[in-house]
Amino acid sequence: MSIDMAEGRAGSPAGARPGVKPTDINNPDYFHKVVDCQWACPAHTPVPEYIRLIAAGRYSDAYMVNWHSNVFPGILGRTCDRPCEPACRRGRVEEQPVAICRLKRVAADNKDDIRGRLPKPATKKNGKRVALIGAGPASLTVARDLLPLGYHVVLYDQDPQAGGMMRTQIPKFRLPERVLDEEVDYILDLEPELKLGNRISSMKALLAENYDAIFVGCGAPRGRDLDIPGRKEAAANIHIGIDWLSSVSFGHTTKIGKRVIVLGGGNTAMDCCRTSRRLGGEKVDVVVRSGFEEMKASPWEKEDAMHEGIPIHNFLVPKAFTHAKGRLTGITFEKVRAEYDAKGKRSLMPSGEPDVHMECDDVLVAVGQENAFPWIEKDVGIEFDRWHMPVVSETTMGSSHPKIFFGGDSAFGPKNIIWAVAHGHDAAISIDRLCKGEPVDAPRPPLVNLASQKMGIHEWTYDNDVALDKRYKVPHLPNDVALKDVRAEVELGFDKALGYAETQRCLNCDVQTVFNRDLCIECDACVDICPLDCITFTENGPEAELRKRLTAPAKNTTQDLYVSDGLKTGRVMVKDEDLCLHCGLCAERCPTGAWDMQKFLLESAQAGHQCRK
Amino acid sequence: MTYLAKPKFRHPSLVPNKLGFTHRDYEGSISTLCAGCGHDSISTALIQACYELDIEPHRVAKLSGIGCSSKTPDYFLGQSHGFNSVHGRMPSVLTGANLANRDLIYLGVSGDGDSASIGLGQFVHCIRRAINMVYITENNGVYGLTKGQFSATADRGSKSKTSVNNDAPIDLIGMALLAGATFVARSFSGDKHQLVPIIKAAISHKGSAFIDVISPCVQFNNGAGSTKSYDFVREHNAAVNRLDFIEERDEITAEYEPGTVQEVEQHDGSILRLHKLHLDYDPSDRVHAMNYLQQHHEKGEVVTGLLYLDPEPRDTHAALNTVDVPLNSLGTRELCPGSKALEGINDDYR
Ligand SMILES: Cc1cc2nc3c(=O)[nH]c(=O)nc-3n(C[C@H](O)[C@H](O)[C@H](O)COP(=O)(O)OP(=O)(O)OC[C@H]3O[C@@H](n4cnc5c(N)ncnc54)[C@H](O)[C@@H]3O)c2cc1C
Ligand SMILES: Cc1ncc(C[n+]2csc(CCOP(=O)(O)OP(=O)(O)O)c2C)c(N)n1
Ligand code: SF4
Ligand code: SF4
Ligand code: SF4
Ligand SMILES: [Mg+2]
Repeated sequence: MSIDMAEGRAGSPAGARPGVKPTDINNPDYFHKVVDCQWACPAHTPVPEYIRLIAAGRYSDAYMVNWHSNVFPGILGRTCDRPCEPACRRGRVEEQPVAICRLKRVAADNKDDIRGRLPKPATKKNGKRVALIGAGPASLTVARDLLPLGYHVVLYDQDPQAGGMMRTQIPKFRLPERVLDEEVDYILDLEPELKLGNRISSMKALLAENYDAIFVGCGAPRGRDLDIPGRKEAAANIHIGIDWLSSVSFGHTTKIGKRVIVLGGGNTAMDCCRTSRRLGGEKVDVVVRSGFEEMKASPWEKEDAMHEGIPIHNFLVPKAFTHAKGRLTGITFEKVRAEYDAKGKRSLMPSGEPDVHMECDDVLVAVGQENAFPWIEKDVGIEFDRWHMPVVSETTMGSSHPKIFFGGDSAFGPKNIIWAVAHGHDAAISIDRLCKGEPVDAPRPPLVNLASQKMGIHEWTYDNDVALDKRYKVPHLPNDVALKDVRAEVELGFDKALGYAETQRCLNCDVQTVFNRDLCIECDACVDICPLDCITFTENGPEAELRKRLTAPAKNTTQDLYVSDGLKTGRVMVKDEDLCLHCGLCAERCPTGAWDMQKFLLESAQAGHQCRK
Repeated sequence: MTYLAKPKFRHPSLVPNKLGFTHRDYEGSISTLCAGCGHDSISTALIQACYELDIEPHRVAKLSGIGCSSKTPDYFLGQSHGFNSVHGRMPSVLTGANLANRDLIYLGVSGDGDSASIGLGQFVHCIRRAINMVYITENNGVYGLTKGQFSATADRGSKSKTSVNNDAPIDLIGMALLAGATFVARSFSGDKHQLVPIIKAAISHKGSAFIDVISPCVQFNNGAGSTKSYDFVREHNAAVNRLDFIEERDEITAEYEPGTVQEVEQHDGSILRLHKLHLDYDPSDRVHAMNYLQQHHEKGEVVTGLLYLDPEPRDTHAALNTVDVPLNSLGTRELCPGSKALEGINDDYR
């Protein structure tokens, strides 16, 4: 067998063939895409930066890095949808990504009192008034970004307390009230004008109050119902999942029947079934139409539910609620199977098997969430599309009305907290620009810093040794304790020692390999040492072809190649960033310092930057 | 050098060889040589060659003398046998090992100081005995390990960091040809495209194979004025051919100009396919090779490639009529054949 080493030959003709253009590492996106976790995070939290701070025991600093970017580190460290983790590069060289989300919690749990480091209420007001509708994470982020700049922010919510669905929907056993209160209070301490318990019923009326800008952060408040036979007759024991969860959160509901069926396969369904187990549900079953694998719920939520003794039944479509004497007795399901057409599109076909009947005392319907804007009049100047959603710009969050902005679940349908935060930051920039008379849609470049981490011949400011540890599991309360109290936090979080061990799995993907072709003598030392065969010196060529003849093939085309200008031999240096461990061995082996390890720190644009430092 | 061990993670698309090993399974411990030393690239080329040849690591014995180059066997084939001998004495230790166990693949790894200075006598005698081995000198023109004094291969007038060499150079390639090596090649540590197939061909050659690899010492002999620097070798490299090592015969698919491709079949069935870069160069003619090398050296060129090949190699075991198996596999019956056999032997001398 033979593997082409592709080092090229000395004296090969220089630059004769068309090839990939030299990489412009001054374009912030280039290295940002190498920090895949940060790139994937809607708020672009500098993940490896805070993980190193946790490793150094600097929990407060780690917390502040998070707070600047994502506003709710303690909350998100328990509840985030963690788009960063599937993106984590560790998952490319072993089974599991770094437990990024739970490390965020380690920072929040172990920090000191950081209130002295937070911005203070503005002493000088700028005279501009902004109304925020809904006090969920989207609006709270807008408030946090604008208040220190001197805006007069009015925060409306129909509920008596701020927090939005973080308070009304997310069960307390996942998110304790004190954690929520603490981080919501950091924002309320900036002194917005609070109009809680105040439902906005007319956009027109609000516009008449002459705000300089209005932000709509009202979420996606309506739970979908299931209109099948028996729905009306058995109504007393059939509950809409999100309404039921908020009723539990407010303490109005404290009990449920012994046998509960939860319909639906999303995260709401998982919260419904786990809450039921804590309120007296002894036999709780989740039933989904689709297959287990296709369920919308995050894998870890399914895992947690099953761990609490909740079976998940799939390929069962509800046909009718059964009832006797005006009381629910159960549900009849049709059995289906998945069929795929030539395009791979799935449809559920009757399996032909007899229907299944499952007995129960209560049903929770968690089959989807919808937007609803009954209070926005059709003629106020906000354009809606045919799905009755406002037309909103993904960069400015602006609607077709120049003063009205949307964010969070109200903008593009139900998402999650971290997206709500990201929208909030973007909307705050837009509102700030609008109020200053600046063009709202001008570019929003991030702050970027690239700095060498070299301290000595083999010494770097970061720990470049690569730990081989497998992902650590977060300890949980035992079921017999957890299931007794709907407010007992079930995840215990990493302690400091476990947290430290987990930090060591981070590959420091923000410490970039920066190449200086003027210093390179083409000795191959970096090629030889690289454990992941990332580096090749070769003739340039068309990208698709070049990718195939590298030391190891560069198969991930979403990751750009790092290509240098022509070297002395006429070849170019090509680095496939995809699997780089950031171990720094290339730089340690380079006799001339042509490779250097440089930390790339990127902070997304924010209104005024006041909350940064 | 670095303090860290190379992380165990490897590229998921590495292709295992017939034994199920990737090239990373042929690595040794982490190198302690200077960053950028040519010797490390030669180690990588040896790793690649053994991986591509599906060599079982326990079938290889690495022997070396003293020097930075002689330290390298620690940095490749960590699962193979190794013996780090004394300065200039690797050839006799290798010869002894080979006589005792003819089944192993012998890699003699040496430097220009180790082989052309203190070990010159050992070098030529080992070669002329036709030991089945691959003898590699990692040639940087200096004693790297002892801080860069000129070695015997340094060219006259060549400048190192601290001095100018006034002595005439010893040409190891010329000596190997004179002494009767049946496989002779020169290559450059900075060109694995050329070096890896040469090493593979040398391992498959069942005789005395010698490879001189110019391997710059970045620390002491890589400046302007050195004839063993990366820049000098790249500028003066005159490759006479390019070698493909082919394990099983295949059809030549590409079109070549007539006379540009030459094939040599070896005893184990492998094929050496030579793409001629200098049409007048004939690697089967020893005298021609010696002349050619001298002439081009005069012109300041560094001639590289497969320089001489005798497809019918000799092996010292045949000449000595030794037993077919390693000595360690002989039992008491073979080793103590009894008084009758002794009488027979004695009778032969009467
Ligand atoms: C059961 C459940 C569990 C969830 N779990 C998670 C999780 O673990 N992690 C995660 O990231 N996300 C989770 N989510 C999603 C997350 O809660 C939302 O995406 C997020 O809260 C949206 O934020 P928002 O600011 O857009 O709106 P919301 O948080 O929905 O807040 C909107 C607020 O506006 C108020 N409001 C609405 N209309 C008016 C009006 N006309 N006048 C005055 N006030 C009004 C509402 O009362 C509400 O307080 C979950 C959602 C549900 C339903
Ligand atoms: C008998 C003896 N004499 C001298 C030395 C000192 N010495 C150690 S290495 C060396 C030269 C090595 O040169 P070379 O073989 O070219 O190796 P390099 O370090 O250049 O790779 C010398 C003279 C020694 N170790 N032993
Ligand atoms: S840091 Fe350098 S040596 Fe380490 S994996 Fe990345 S390219 Fe390879
Ligand atoms: S180690 Fe440095 S000098 Fe050598 S090839 Fe790599 S970048 Fe160039
Ligand atoms: S001194 Fe020279 S030969 Fe020795 S390790 Fe350093 S560069 Fe290599
Ligand atoms: Mg030497």
